[in-house]
Amino acid sequence: MGEGKIVAGCLAPHPPHLVYAENPPQNEPVAEGGWEQLRWGYERLRESLKDIEYDSIVLLSPHWQTYVGTHFLGLENFKSLSVDPIFPNLFRYHYDINIDVELSQAICNAAAEAGLPTKMMTNPDFRVDYGTITTGHMFNPEWDKPFVVISSNRSTHYYSVEVMQEMMLELGRITRKAILESGKRVVVLASNSLSHRHFTTESDMPEDMSKEHITSHAMHLWDMRMIDYMRSGQSQRIIDEMPEFTEQAIAESDGGGLTWLLSTLGVPEYPATLHGYGTIIGTGNAIVEWPVHKYEEAKA
Amino acid sequence: MSDVIVGNLVVPVHPHTVLAPDMNEGWRRLRDAYDEAATMIEQSDADLLIIYSTTWPSIIGHQIQADPNPEWVMVDDDFHDLGSIPYSFNIDAEFAHAWDAANKKRGLQSRCVNYKGFPIDVGSVVALTLLNPKNRIPAVIVSSNVYANRAETTVLAKACLDVLRQQGRKAVAITVMSLSNRMFTDFIAPEEDRIHSLKDDEWNRKILEFLEQGRLEDVGQLSRTIHQQIRVQKVVTFKPMWWLSAMNGNRNDLSGRVLAYEALHGAGGAVVYIDPTPTGMGDKEYDEDDVETYAGDRNVLDADSETEEHEKDSKSLTTNGPALWEPTQAEGSVNSDAAPKPVGAYPHARKVGDLLYLSGVGPRQPGTNAIPGGPIRDEHGSPLNYDIKAQTKAVIDNIERILIEAGSSIDKVLDVTTFLVDMDRDFKGYNEVWAETLGQVGPTRTTIAIDALPTPIAIEMKVIAQA
Repeated sequence: MGEGKIVAGCLAPHPPHLVYAENPPQNEPVAEGGWEQLRWGYERLRESLKDIEYDSIVLLSPHWQTYVGTHFLGLENFKSLSVDPIFPNLFRYHYDINIDVELSQAICNAAAEAGLPTKMMTNPDFRVDYGTITTGHMFNPEWDKPFVVISSNRSTHYYSVEVMQEMMLELGRITRKAILESGKRVVVLASNSLSHRHFTTESDMPEDMSKEHITSHAMHLWDMRMIDYMRSGQSQRIIDEMPEFTEQAIAESDGGGLTWLLSTLGVPEYPATLHGYGTIIGTGNAIVEWPVHKYEEAKA
Repeated sequence: MSDVIVGNLVVPVHPHTVLAPDMNEGWRRLRDAYDEAATMIEQSDADLLIIYSTTWPSIIGHQIQADPNPEWVMVDDDFHDLGSIPYSFNIDAEFAHAWDAANKKRGLQSRCVNYKGFPIDVGSVVALTLLNPKNRIPAVIVSSNVYANRAETTVLAKACLDVLRQQGRKAVAITVMSLSNRMFTDFIAPEEDRIHSLKDDEWNRKILEFLEQGRLEDVGQLSRTIHQQIRVQKVVTFKPMWWLSAMNGNRNDLSGRVLAYEALHGAGGAVVYIDPTPTGMGDKEYDEDDVETYAGDRNVLDADSETEEHEKDSKSLTTNGPALWEPTQAEGSVNSDAAPKPVGAYPHARKVGDLLYLSGVGPRQPGTNAIPGGPIRDEHGSPLNYDIKAQTKAVIDNIERILIEAGSSIDKVLDVTTFLVDMDRDFKGYNEVWAETLGQVGPTRTTIAIDALPTPIAIEMKVIAQA
């Protein structure tokens, strides 16, 4: 088919606190706000893309953790209740998500042909992970676009960050090729935090922002270093330093999402736009957009 | 020793034993072993199943399932093509809440969860589906905290034992876990299943040999090594043996029987029954701290200078006060490992007729001797800032621990005499905590200003309670 296009790529973290603080009708708990810096960041991201036409969202979620291969949601619709097993007090969300099965199958097939173990998930009782739902809601609260949802293969923990990167760089190249061949216009999302050391206690009121801060200065330094690389178009340095970053910042990049995103975008050398940074229960979170459409317009 | 634990089980996590036992001979043997274990439970006098599940990770302390009847359909993240497992379990919510409270008393971060649709983890679903198919025996499920160390996991078990003894229960302690947990990273046909590597298999067999000999504590002490050797790092650690060993008094004189050991997509799955009855065999080499309360990294939200000052002061305490004594024994004496050691030759309490007389109780923490809220002076006698409310709360917690040990409870307190070293400064804060705690019980009270107490504390209480 051909002439597909990636219109943007985003780092789009998924702490359920963000949905909780928004008080959408789909979520049962009620909050008094909180984490505004990040929620305003998501607003800026949505504003940045509101005039951009696209067909589907391709998302890799570190909370669909698979140890045997990489899996893809493979039915047209999933509708159920997602309860976060770690923060059930904050996230009990009634979701209704549509899947671009055609594009899912295309990426899945291409990955299998390249030698990566893959599987389509077609069990209708399957509950979609809260990471996917949170990022999906914050990026597209209308839920009016179909998703491709890719699981996070835990190769970092089986082998090493280096092995994970080899797999995710390859999966990213395959994803990019499949999108370009699909004829569709697509946004790609990596749903992960940066530094990922949590507090081990929670305030009586979780949205009490007087209690929110990064867990340590070292985590802050790592987060800022990575954000600087993103803002200055140094994607390759992010990939090069990923093993140290992942280990020392206990970063959620261990799930492969960030490496996959950069690879899917062709390891961009143009600056990304930082829409927001903030901490959530001590972890570092950045909302970052690689505005592919602007870069390509400038090139043209 | 195991007055409340009537049996122990180690069981595997993956859904093959429920959904596909006949696709592989080994999976069938594991299923048969599961069924045999279910029969053993049925024939025991157990009235509670306690599940420690490695496939339920938590971050904010430990979580305990408290929905009396959780119902849903479970689908595994990896093995979704094997099918779905509908579940409807009988959970002892009252026990869950009591365990949660006992955890907090011992310094742990803990909470109950009771939400419709809460996703019960695959390990717990498999274990309860097969071990308790008729839901006859109520169960309780606790998570595995990703940051917990051995001290925290041991205290978790001790809190559970507190409640079991308090309620006079008979429980089977169950760890839902893999031995080696390295699965094949590619898809395999069922008939191709085997343990991932020879090394993993050898380690698994060594673990099973120890368990068969009843050397539970030895396996606990090897946990870190086992984790490094045959486990996928991060999150799912080999903590369940710490918990199970502590549930059995950290002993090596149990006896075990391996009902089955097979591969589940490369991981080591075993059903092992461990009889808690002491055999008189086996040496105990318990060379780790036998902690009673947890005093670890649980204050990150309060990382302000005041809290840090108190933490620093608490750490300096061991050199700031008189020597500690073992509590004395005499007719009617009541002494508790969960209360701070005396500073002289006296018991924690003494029972006479229907009454309990407690020795003066301060806020020092059992095990660490730290003073919540900080000491009132340093080792040179220089005054320090301290929090009277935190000290008062800690005194009342210590009183409650002693009363529980005596078979009584905080709501049976009849009369209290309180000693304050600085009435002007501290009466208000002390009185506020009183109103929220013992004030709700209603004992008579006398509050006296005194010059000093033997340790650098601001408050002590003398209690008479109904036995």
